[in-house]
Amino acid sequence: MSLFSHFALLDPKGPIGAEELNIILLATGLMLIVVLPVIGMTFAFAWRYRASNKKAEYKPDWEHSNAIEAVVWIVPCLIIVALGLVTWTSTHKLDPYRPIASDKAAIEVEVVSLDWKWLFIYPDLKIASVNELAFPAGTPVHFRMTSGSVMNSLFVPQLGTMVYTMAGMQTQLSLVADQAGAFEGMSSNFSGDGFSDMKFVARSMGEDDFQSWVEHARSTGAVLSSGVYHELEKPSEKVAVAYYGDIDPMVFHEALGMMAMSHETAEKGM
Amino acid sequence: MTVQSPVIGDHLHHGAEHEHHHDVAGTTTLGFWIYLMSDCVLFAALFCAFAVLRGQTAGGPGAKDLFDLSYVAVETTFLLLSSFTYGMAMISAERQRRSATLAWLGITLLMGLGFMGMELHEFGELIEKGAGPDRSAFLSSFFTLVGTHGLHVTAGMIWMVTLITHILRRGLTEANITRLTCLSLFWHFLDIVWIGVFTTVYLLGAS
Amino acid sequence: MFGKLTLEAIPYHEPIIMITVAGMILGGLALLSAITYFKLWKPLWSNWLTSIDHKNIGIMYIILALVMLLRGFADALMMRSQQLSAAIGVNGGHGYLPPEHYDQVFSAHGVIMIFFMAMPFIVGLMNLVVPLQIGARDVAFPYLNNLSLWLTAAGAILINVSLAVGEFARTGWLAFPPLSEAAYSPGVGVDYYIWALQISGLGTLLAGVNMITTILKMRAPGLTMMRLPIFTWTTLCANMLIVAAFPILTATLAMLSLDRYLGMHFFTNDGGGNAMLYINLIWAWGHPEVYILILPCFGIFSEVVATFSSKKLFGYKSMVYATICITVLSFMVWLHHFFTMGSGANVNAFFGISTMIISIPTGVKIFNWLFTMYRGRVRFETPILWAMGFLVTFTIGGMTGVLTAVPGADFVLHNSLFLVAHFHNVIIGGVVFGVMAGLNYWFPKAFGFKLHEGLGKLSFWCWLIGYYLAFTPLYILGLMGATRRMNHFDNPQYLPYLIVAMVGALVIFAGIGSTILQIVYSVWQRKTLADLTGDPWDGRTLEWATSSPPAFYNFARTPVVHGRDAFWEEKQEGLPTAPEPAYAEIHMPRNTGTGVILSAAAAVLGFALIWHIWWLAILAFAGAIVVAIGHSFNENRDYYVQGDEVARTEGAYYQKLGTQEA
Repeated sequence: MSLFSHFALLDPKGPIGAEELNIILLATGLMLIVVLPVIGMTFAFAWRYRASNKKAEYKPDWEHSNAIEAVVWIVPCLIIVALGLVTWTSTHKLDPYRPIASDKAAIEVEVVSLDWKWLFIYPDLKIASVNELAFPAGTPVHFRMTSGSVMNSLFVPQLGTMVYTMAGMQTQLSLVADQAGAFEGMSSNFSGDGFSDMKFVARSMGEDDFQSWVEHARSTGAVLSSGVYHELEKPSEKVAVAYYGDIDPMVFHEALGMMAMSHETAEKGM
Repeated sequence: MTVQSPVIGDHLHHGAEHEHHHDVAGTTTLGFWIYLMSDCVLFAALFCAFAVLRGQTAGGPGAKDLFDLSYVAVETTFLLLSSFTYGMAMISAERQRRSATLAWLGITLLMGLGFMGMELHEFGELIEKGAGPDRSAFLSSFFTLVGTHGLHVTAGMIWMVTLITHILRRGLTEANITRLTCLSLFWHFLDIVWIGVFTTVYLLGAS
Repeated sequence: MFGKLTLEAIPYHEPIIMITVAGMILGGLALLSAITYFKLWKPLWSNWLTSIDHKNIGIMYIILALVMLLRGFADALMMRSQQLSAAIGVNGGHGYLPPEHYDQVFSAHGVIMIFFMAMPFIVGLMNLVVPLQIGARDVAFPYLNNLSLWLTAAGAILINVSLAVGEFARTGWLAFPPLSEAAYSPGVGVDYYIWALQISGLGTLLAGVNMITTILKMRAPGLTMMRLPIFTWTTLCANMLIVAAFPILTATLAMLSLDRYLGMHFFTNDGGGNAMLYINLIWAWGHPEVYILILPCFGIFSEVVATFSSKKLFGYKSMVYATICITVLSFMVWLHHFFTMGSGANVNAFFGISTMIISIPTGVKIFNWLFTMYRGRVRFETPILWAMGFLVTFTIGGMTGVLTAVPGADFVLHNSLFLVAHFHNVIIGGVVFGVMAGLNYWFPKAFGFKLHEGLGKLSFWCWLIGYYLAFTPLYILGLMGATRRMNHFDNPQYLPYLIVAMVGALVIFAGIGSTILQIVYSVWQRKTLADLTGDPWDGRTLEWATSSPPAFYNFARTPVVHGRDAFWEEKQEGLPTAPEPAYAEIHMPRNTGTGVILSAAAAVLGFALIWHIWWLAILAFAGAIVVAIGHSFNENRDYYVQGDEVARTEGAYYQKLGTQEA
């Protein structure tokens, strides 16, 4: 594990990321069934049949073989059938809109991507934060996301699946960490000059520590009101972590609706 | 199996030359068909945009509020008739009847002007009402789809005037007949696109 | 009077840009002076700019591609060096390029490489070779061919002007809204992008119409479809993709420009616009585009592998069917570029599976090439080295492609450096290696002398090693969680990989340098490297039945074909050793200046629209219409080459052959 510990995708900290790693390894393995022979044959044939090797058989008009045709069509077909089945089942299982089965109730987080920082609103806990996301380990987090400007994409590589955020539309994602830790979060869809610093920290922690975190946020006097939101909307870069002890519950809907004057539905996938 | 046999006589290759030479009209027409198919894809993309955005009225007027089916019916009649008159022009051209061809082309042009006049009038009225293309996504896609068709019709009419000039200068030569054929394909194609527009934009919109 | 254009548009405060522009201007002046000094203006106009000869047009396309390769690669070097400089702490970890500049660099890199390097290179090779392969004298519409070339050049000119006057798009090479809308990109950058692509896109579309008609209508007698060389087959399929896909790009960019210019709401955040519509449409074009690039390269490899194995191509029929399969399927996979947009599992799974299915006919082709070498006699000259490099490299790239085609995997790999490595894997391994093979293979046909073999091999090894050094680290960085389009990374663990990637880029640079050196050296040594027979590689297809370079009319007499590999078959029977007793006259088209003039008008129109100089735009547009209509009244379009002139040309060719034999 320590060999790959700085390979975020190869050392997932949650079951979703783990499932996705399995897919990567399985698909690679299936493909190597074709790729390794191809590379081998390239060198083997070129060497054996090099022009200076007069001992090798030379059949300039030999251009067809039913046996070879059968193999080169059928074997890849079989591999793709296998991969196709894996694709069908895993795509449904990993659908970001599918809630994670758990005996713990999911933590609800509303996300707004702004230029160039992340706003996280906890509607049930009535707190909010900028550029820091915290949640208890083992508890699923359910995100409802939108953008206050251009397209972004919420991504915590060590936890798994990324999903776009788009203005006037609401996308969803569910993630869970199975151990405590601090994970790098970012936007994975280019959104302008401040994009490279649009980072956040995703902190997974024990239940008690999470309660402390929530209390700490509540203890700040700041309120995420509509006016404060409008200030946040203004472009800024390398924004420091900030907390809001109280929120106006309409802020997320405002963020959604502001850009969606006549989008009939509040929920949008595709 | 030879590519060039010294034994093959003059007549064979001479025939091959003529074969190629006489097919200029066929080659040009095929090329034009292929271009027309690409134009079809262009319209398909615009229809696609319209289909996605037709409901996005941004709190503004929608199809029911804006479209007058009887008006559009007259417009459509102009265009459909113009296809008929162009057909008559082609028949005259194939019979080498120059005056008849020019007359039918002239009538087609008038029909086309009638269509474009009505369309521009409709656009002007919409804009004056505050229902211009910048009002909402629905109106953007409406103006663009219908407007692109209108631009094609206008281009067709400019081409028609040019072709009338060509025919006046040189008569119904092989080259001019090929040009007439291509314009014919273009004109009828625009008719078909209009039927699509009429159906999806106006008929379905007003219902 | 000048719209938005002021002297402030020139980026005085950016030293890197100013030095580059100064260099370009000086270089341009040097070139113009040389042309004047050697009194080359008249031949330049008469023999090149106004030429409707597919061979000349093909050569000019390739020259454009090579020039733009330098610009696009300069961008690549800047991207690598910026990320490295930031990682070693330059400018407090920000690197030497400000973000506004870096964003233009990576956008320009993608646009230039795809639209102004790869496309012109491939279109150039198709132009040069296909009419010869089918025994024709030229393409179906020679005037249109000339126009297509100059429209492409007009687009390239606009891209280059954007460096000196104004800015380029800062949106990435596909300019997604809302970032590319006026609200978030108020400058002229996206407008340069739009008009450069609309103008060159029109050229490409017309070239597609031209090439399809040529292949369907102008084949020599006896050349049935199932006797076509594979390069011609893949050209046909790629051009069908062009005709079917490019109008989508035209329509989509037009809608974006309507949003930007007239305040419409196709893709804006307000007014009901839908950015997802743009993403679907642009990728509905974008995916066929990459097949437009790769299919002709597959064709090049088919020719090269068969020729240099001295053996028939294995599995001709299944090659043709596989090509057609790939062509059709390429329209059914576009959504795999945005699995993470939230389309739902059924849709994602469908497109994932359809994407994987394409790998089956592609795999068949790879095996067919391998079995062409099997039981052949493989001569290791430069073109086949590129083919072998392709077989290994492209296969690996295909593997990572199928991997990212599984939505579950893509959910963590999308937009990462792993993805960037994947598409460079297939584009460099497939397209670049393909056009380099084509360049070395067909150069003697175009110019009458071969390219120097040693420098060719050097270029190959530099590209091959350089590619792996440059992009393997990117696969690894992607697995470490690095995303794309970042101007700096904060993770110190990335440093060693960024260093290796930079070294790789420099090795590739050496490869590009070797090619330039190869061309220059070969021109200098052209007498030693001369191709006297027209068949320097013991070729199999009809283009090798002509002299090198071919006479302007290609074939004195249209050949009659009796089977596949027509020229190879003829060689078995014995080639003629003397000219015919007499030749019929040949009907040829005249040169034209219309294409250059229309394209110049298009470039002016584009520039005027970019800077909102409305009077100039109207003038340029009206002028173009008048010239186009005026052109239709030009009846002096063709002439007849007399039989005795043909006889003289052919006689000279056989005499040269005779000298060589003696």
